[in-house]
Amino acid sequence: MEAAAEQKYNYDVVRWFTVMAVVYLVVGATVGVYIASELAWPVLNFDIPYITFGRLRPLHTNAVIFAFGGCALMATAFYSVQRTCGVRLWSDKLAWFTFWGWNLIIVSAVITLPLGLTESKEYAELEWPIDIAIAVVWLSYMFNFVMTIANRKTSHIYVSNWFFLGMMIMITYLHVVNSLAIPVGMFKSYALFSGVQDAMIQWWWGHNAVGFYLTAGFLGIMYYFVPKQAQRPVYSYRLSVIHFWALMFGYVWLGAHHLQYTALPDWTGSLGAAVSLAMIIPSWGGAVNGMMTLSGAWDKLRTDYILRFLIISLAFYAMSTFEGPVMSIKTVNALSHYTDWTIGHVHSGALGWVAMVAIGAIYHMMTRVFHVELWSVKLVNAHFWTATIGTVVYIVAMWVSGIMQGLMWRAYDEYGTLAYTFAESVEAMHPYYAMRAVGGAIFLLGAVIMLFNILMTVAKASSEGSIQRARTAAATA
Amino acid sequence: MALQERMEKNIWGLAFMLAIVLSVGGLVEIVPLFYLPSTMEYNKFPEIVWHRKEGQTLNDWKPGDGIRPYKPLELAGRDVYQREGCYLCHSQMVRPFRDEKERYGHYSLASESMYDHPMQWGSKRTGPDLARVGGKYSDDWHRKHLRAPRSVVPESVMPNYPWLKENGIDGESLQAHMNGLRIVGVPYTDADIKSAVKEVEGKTEEDAVVAYLQVLGTMAKLDDSKVYRE
Repeated sequence: MEAAAEQKYNYDVVRWFTVMAVVYLVVGATVGVYIASELAWPVLNFDIPYITFGRLRPLHTNAVIFAFGGCALMATAFYSVQRTCGVRLWSDKLAWFTFWGWNLIIVSAVITLPLGLTESKEYAELEWPIDIAIAVVWLSYMFNFVMTIANRKTSHIYVSNWFFLGMMIMITYLHVVNSLAIPVGMFKSYALFSGVQDAMIQWWWGHNAVGFYLTAGFLGIMYYFVPKQAQRPVYSYRLSVIHFWALMFGYVWLGAHHLQYTALPDWTGSLGAAVSLAMIIPSWGGAVNGMMTLSGAWDKLRTDYILRFLIISLAFYAMSTFEGPVMSIKTVNALSHYTDWTIGHVHSGALGWVAMVAIGAIYHMMTRVFHVELWSVKLVNAHFWTATIGTVVYIVAMWVSGIMQGLMWRAYDEYGTLAYTFAESVEAMHPYYAMRAVGGAIFLLGAVIMLFNILMTVAKASSEGSIQRARTAAATA
Repeated sequence: MALQERMEKNIWGLAFMLAIVLSVGGLVEIVPLFYLPSTMEYNKFPEIVWHRKEGQTLNDWKPGDGIRPYKPLELAGRDVYQREGCYLCHSQMVRPFRDEKERYGHYSLASESMYDHPMQWGSKRTGPDLARVGGKYSDDWHRKHLRAPRSVVPESVMPNYPWLKENGIDGESLQAHMNGLRIVGVPYTDADIKSAVKEVEGKTEEDAVVAYLQVLGTMAKLDDSKVYRE
C-alpha cells in the first residue's frame, strides 16, 4: 500500500522539505543558544558586528519560524493534502518552485540579517526584495494546495486542510500589508505606516504570525498526524467545526494586547484583551479534541515515542494558550510587558507546542515517505526527554527572571523612591540568563540527536534502496 | 450545519468564507486609527507639533518647539539604530505608571512617533527605555558607552560598538532616504534634503547615533497638568 502511495503521490518534495526542516531546527536552535549566551556573557559578542545580539536575534527568529516552521508546514501540508484528497499534488513543478524558492529566501536571510540589512520590524525584518520573493513563493504554495483540493477524489475536505488553508490566506493578508514600504535603496526601505498605526499593524502581523503560522498551521498538522499515529478517529467533529471558526474569527483581534498602556488608544488594547480571554475556549477546544482522540488508546503512550511528542505538544499548547490570555489582562500585562516573561511564554509555545508537534509529525512521515523504520527508536526517546527537559528549564528560568524584573522595576523603598536602578535589575538576571542558555542547549542537543537519527534513516533507506523498491513494486504488482 | 456541509464540499466556497471571516478583526482594529481624531493627541493639543514657518530650516528648531522630522544626522543615527537591532533590547514607549515616570519621564504620546517609519516602540527591556533618553547623559558619556558599555555601566550586557566611530556616513544615500520618507509623508523640504550632504560631512556613525539619542523625547514640551490621552 505504501508502495502504491509512492507511485501515486509526490513524495519527493515532501522528503526534501522534511529533511530541511530538521536541518533548520538545528541551525535556528544553535543561533538561539548562542544569543542566549551573549546575554549571559556579553564577551561572546567579540566586537564583531555580524554576530552581535541585535543582528543575530532576527536571524534566530527567522530561522526557527520561517526556515524550520515553514519547511515543516510545507512538508506536512503537501504530504497530508495528497493523502486526505487521494490525489497527487496539482503541479510537481510548482511544488519544486516552492521548495527552491523558500530555501533561497532562507539563504538570503542568513546573508542579509547579519549584515544589518533589516526593516527593523519584529518577525518581519527581511528587506523589501526578499519580502516580494516571500509573497510569490507563498502564493505558489497556497495555489498548489488549493488546486490539489479542487482535484480531490474524496467528497469532503478533511479538517486538517481547513486549518492549513486558513493559515495560508491569513498569512498572505498579514505579510502583504505589514511589508508595505517605500524602497530607498537595494536593501533599505521605510515602512509605509508610522507611529501608532504602524504599531497596530506590526502587532496585528506579530501576533498572527503566532496565531496562524504557528498555531492554525500546526493545528492542521495535529489534526492529521495525531489521529494517524494513534490510529483513532478525531474525537469530535462538531468540536472541530466550532473551534475552527472561532479561532479563524477570533485570533485576528489579539494583536492589540501587545500594546496595552502604550500610546495605542485604550479601546483597541482593551478590545484585544477581551477577545484574548475569550480565545481560551476555542484554543482549548483544539487541545481537548487532540488529546481525547487518544481515548481508549492511552496505553499507546507507554510504547509509542512519536505519540508522546504529539501529546506533550498538546499539553504545552493548552498551557500557553491559557498563559497568553492571562498575560493580556491589563493588570498582569502592566507587570509582564517588556520582561522575560514574554520570552518564556513565546518559548513554551514555540518549543513545547510548535516544535514538539512538528517533530512528532516529522518522525511519523519519515517512515512513510522513506519506506523504512527509523534508524533508532531509542534515540527518539532520548530526543523526547531532552526536548521536554530543555523546554521546562528554559521557561522556568524566564518565568522567574520575568516576574523578578517586573517587580524590581516597580519596587519602592520606605522613603518612596525607586528601590532599584535599572542596572541592578540587569545584574539580577544573570543566573537566569545562564540557566536559559543551558535549557536551550539541552533542547538543542535533542535536535542534534534528531538530525543524526534522520540522516541515518535516510542513509538506511538509500542503502536498502527502499524508495526505488517502492517505486517499482507497484509497477510489477 | 448546512452551510458547513456545503463549504466542506466546495474549496472555493471555503476559501471565500475564510477570506471574509479573517479580514474582520484587522479592519475593525486598524482602520479607525487612521481617522479617529482622538488617536493623535495633536488634534487636541496642536502645540506639541512643530509648525514650520516659511523659509525655516530644521536648524531653526529649538528643543521643546514641538515634534519635527529628524535632522539628517539624526536620521543617519536612526538608520544605524535600526541596522544594529537596538529596538530588540530597548523600548521607546514610556507607559503611564508612577515608576516609569520617575525612571524615564512623561508617558509617551502617539504623536511623538508620527514621523517614525517604522515605529521603534520595541517589546522588550533588556536595557532601559530610550524614549526620553535625550539630554540625560552627556555626548561624551554616550560615546564611551557605545564603545564599551561596561566601562560606564559595569552590570550592562550590551555589546560594544567600536566600529561606529570608524564608519563615515554617505550623504547621498541619506538624501535618498529623506526623499523616500517624504513620499510616505514626512514633511521634508527641498532645502532639508539638499542640506543633508553638508550636514553629515566628516561625521561618523557614532556622531549620528549620539545625535539621534540626544533628541529622543526632547522635541515636544509636555505639561504635567494636561491629560494628553485618556
